[in-house]
Amino acid sequence: MSLHSQHEGFSDFVQFLIVFPFLISLIAYLGAVIYSNRYKKRWSNFRTICWILGHICIIVTFVGPFAELAHLNFSAHMIAHLLFGMLAPLLIALAAPITLLLRSIPVKMARCISSILKKRYFAFVRNPIVASILNIGGLWLLYTTSLFYMMHESSFLFILIHAHIFLAGYIFTVAFIYIDPTPHPFSYIFRSIVLLIALSAHSILSKYIYANPLNHVPAIQAEMGAMIMYYGGDLIEIGLVYLLFYQWYKSTRHATSTIALLSK
Amino acid sequence: MKTKTEVMKMDLSNIHKKRNHKHENHFQYGQRNMWTGLLLGLGVVAFIDEVVFHQLLHWHHFYDKSTTNIGLVSDGLFHAFSFFATIGSAFLLADLHRKHGFWVQRWLAGIFLGAGAFQLYDGIIQHKLMKLHQIRYHVNIIPYDIVWNVIASILIVIGIVLLVKTNQQQR
Repeated sequence: MSLHSQHEGFSDFVQFLIVFPFLISLIAYLGAVIYSNRYKKRWSNFRTICWILGHICIIVTFVGPFAELAHLNFSAHMIAHLLFGMLAPLLIALAAPITLLLRSIPVKMARCISSILKKRYFAFVRNPIVASILNIGGLWLLYTTSLFYMMHESSFLFILIHAHIFLAGYIFTVAFIYIDPTPHPFSYIFRSIVLLIALSAHSILSKYIYANPLNHVPAIQAEMGAMIMYYGGDLIEIGLVYLLFYQWYKSTRHATSTIALLSK
Repeated sequence: MKTKTEVMKMDLSNIHKKRNHKHENHFQYGQRNMWTGLLLGLGVVAFIDEVVFHQLLHWHHFYDKSTTNIGLVSDGLFHAFSFFATIGSAFLLADLHRKHGFWVQRWLAGIFLGAGAFQLYDGIIQHKLMKLHQIRYHVNIIPYDIVWNVIASILIVIGIVLLVKTNQQQR
């Protein structure tokens, strides 16, 4: 595809720049797991596996044959979007990195970090509405304006947009599903309603892309990509909704047992 | 000291109590049973629509050229809502069982109502008023529309009958 011809030159270095922080975080997490297992409580294998799988999703998106294909083909780009923007953030959130971090550093430092996380800025971004606008709104901006084309022209924009997609995806996940310690939790009803609207916006955008293919993207690829975004997105969204309701189900157990005790 | 037989008798009466206890709350959670079924009914019909008519028969289109913007919004909202409702209703059902409040007739009433209401909404508003898509393309559509909406109405009527019956039981 012609729009990527200038891009080939810087892609290797740019992709390395994106993957490098994730390599560091992968090693740091595994180090912290070993430390926690040896000196503190045992860390869950499930979480460790989530972290590793999440990082594999990211590395596959930017390094190797699939990454090459994702630059040339819009359908492959959409699979990359699902892996990097949706599945990796979910897996990484499930790995509870903040809990592990707070556990493996000295108490004083941990207190300092948790007080930073309680700051108003983080409470603001973790508001489900704000997180949804950052995440889904960002996608609307990317796919309905010429930003998608510009992203493939400038390496700076390419890095900036991918950093935003990942961070927004992570914040979106932790705004709805509380795995790490959460200072100001929102009610389940509120989170359900906002999540429902955000997921609809994702479905609507997928159909919109099908109906209005991006410039320079062949119609067949755009249609295929849109359907991948629609149905592939469903799979991950079903996981999100399942986790949200599962947490609700677990949290109401206590109330139930109290009623059962009283009624005896 | 209690004798062994006394202890056994107590155990037996406890088991008996528990058996009676199993559905003793179901009147209390009548509304909850209906809503849980309603959500599942919505979700199941949307799922059948997606799998049978979109994926297997290819009667519906993912997008047809005449779809309006409001149609896209409505379709996206209902698509997300249908799987949201399915998962949510499964957990609500589990919660009802945990509270010993499951009431199968009331729950079925909800399922029929939800399924019928969704299909009627799809058949009248999405297909006809918003012209989002049709049931089938390049055929005489009227018999399809009639069958579709009549089935929807029958489902709603069954739901209402069950609802009235369970209301009478409640009194």
